[in-house]
Amino acid sequence: MTTANTLSASGAPTPPAPLPARAAPPPRPQPQRASRGRLSTRRRRSALLWALLLAGPNVALLLVFVYRPLLESFYLSTLQWNLGSPTARSVGLGNYVEWFTAPSTPTVVTTTAVFTVATVGGAMVLGLGLALLLDRKLVGRGLARTVAFAPYVLSGFAVGILWLFMFDPRYGLVQELLGLVGADSPQWYTQRPWPLVMVIVVYLWKNVGYVALIYLAGLQSVPRDLKDAAALDGASSARTLRSIVLPLLTPTTFFLLVTMLLASLQSFDIIKAMTSGGPLGSTTTLMYSIYQESFVNGRAGYASAVATVLFLVLLVVTAVQMRFVQRKVHYA
Amino acid sequence: MSVVAPATPAAGAPSSPAPGASQPSATPAARRPARRRRPQVGSYVTMLLATVVLAAPLLWMVLASLKTPSELYQVPLQWLPHQPTLDNYAQAAQTVPLGRLLANSIGLTIVGAGLKVVLGLCCAYALVFLDFPFKRLVFGLVIATLMIPPQITIIPNYTLVAGLGWLNTYQGILVPGLASAFGTFLFRQHFLTLPASILEAAELDGAGHWRRLWRFVVPMSTPTLAAVALVSVVTEWNDYLWPFLVIDDPSKMTLPVGLTLLQNIDGMTSWGVLLAATVVVTLPILLVFLILQRRLVAGLTAGAVTG
Repeated sequence: MTTANTLSASGAPTPPAPLPARAAPPPRPQPQRASRGRLSTRRRRSALLWALLLAGPNVALLLVFVYRPLLESFYLSTLQWNLGSPTARSVGLGNYVEWFTAPSTPTVVTTTAVFTVATVGGAMVLGLGLALLLDRKLVGRGLARTVAFAPYVLSGFAVGILWLFMFDPRYGLVQELLGLVGADSPQWYTQRPWPLVMVIVVYLWKNVGYVALIYLAGLQSVPRDLKDAAALDGASSARTLRSIVLPLLTPTTFFLLVTMLLASLQSFDIIKAMTSGGPLGSTTTLMYSIYQESFVNGRAGYASAVATVLFLVLLVVTAVQMRFVQRKVHYA
Repeated sequence: MSVVAPATPAAGAPSSPAPGASQPSATPAARRPARRRRPQVGSYVTMLLATVVLAAPLLWMVLASLKTPSELYQVPLQWLPHQPTLDNYAQAAQTVPLGRLLANSIGLTIVGAGLKVVLGLCCAYALVFLDFPFKRLVFGLVIATLMIPPQITIIPNYTLVAGLGWLNTYQGILVPGLASAFGTFLFRQHFLTLPASILEAAELDGAGHWRRLWRFVVPMSTPTLAAVALVSVVTEWNDYLWPFLVIDDPSKMTLPVGLTLLQNIDGMTSWGVLLAATVVVTLPILLVFLILQRRLVAGLTAGAVTG
């Protein structure tokens, strides 16, 4: 399963977990010993009962609150239906046609693309840099690691508010720093493209520590002697990085790429706190537009169609990941 | 993977020393310390810079929340508040029921995370230690939900919860997010590594499944338990979109949702008040992180798959 592999990707590529002994088929009851057979039937029935008791609640919750809405969402996407309205009209694929032809769609797609590429790319590059730095034996690197990871555990909404103040064009810390180098503060809140830049910066600040930490774990699996051998061969550290470290980090990179992509495409809190998708829709991503269409404009049917589009995008990302993981397993 | 093919030797100079090393040819071993020294200084500077950039906003937030408005809007900016005051906190508590929000957040986080852990534990126990039909299917069903973005389920879940009359209720916030796919997965991974002999001995001693789970399996699973619990605490505490949608009664709000309310009421006019509330939202989880860092990080870095 993909998840099993992505989980292991933080460290060395692990061999597939050995199947537990108990996964083997239960011993067949001997037909000639009737008592044995009865016992095992009773045991099997008791196991079933316990399974229902123990796994039942969790599975039932998943069915009701994940699978049911997933299917229902596909159905809703074929309706013209407003949130809370008792009536709905079937429009087939009309909502999808509307989305693909809406004048705002290219803007939303572009914004999503810019946001996603900048946040994922930026976080990966900065995170890798930070990880390479903290992989050296520096005094105080533990503290730096803690500080770097801290933003990741904080509420996205609160982080958005806090950074909104940082970016305040008159009293913010950012304009103060820009002033030090003689630059004027851009109109972060109102003038394109600055609101989008602002949101991206905050997203990077929040997530870079996570990327760094995963990369640090990955770096542990790069054998010391390989690096030493390269150094003996006279390879520069940049060369060692390019030819030895980065190739060995490929599984980690891929894992991060996928998780960051999925997370970035679904991000909401920071945008809500800082710009509410504005000004003039300049920070409205696909995810944010789903919220807006359904809960601000009330167009739940249409929003479900947009949600389906987002779901398909995420599915493609996941599918690509599965492909890759299979190949990796093949190598191992 | 480790085909490495590192020194595609064609690149650049022939395999003799790298171009940079034009000093009288020393042995590589002798050259190394000299090369090491300089980057070390650069490393420290970069590390210091990164740490400052990453920490400054949090520090700034706390300091600003202790300042009076006149200090806050003073140019050039002052780092330290002249006379630290809690006025902003008091004012935030007057605008929104801050104490109530805190209590709601703490209560929902504890109950939510606790139930999630129990659900995950029980489900994983069944998946590993019990034989029942369609076990693989059930496992697949649980794991596949890790790949279903919660966003797509929001509209139907909202209608369901509204239909149940659960808007503006705690169960409305809690129940739809209770099911544990991530916890189940991590617990299962861990259970598969437990020594079968102990559980067989427990079975021979006549311990039933319930007893086996709580008396034998759980005590052998504390690191995983801590990781799952902490990750659940962080996600429950920070959860935003769902509680924001189902709650508009201030007395039922969680802290991040209350912060939205405060932002809507105060706008960007009183930064001090808004930042005071932001501190109340972030500080508890920050403390949890600082105290239980190792376990939390272990959980979060494993848990990233949930996206």
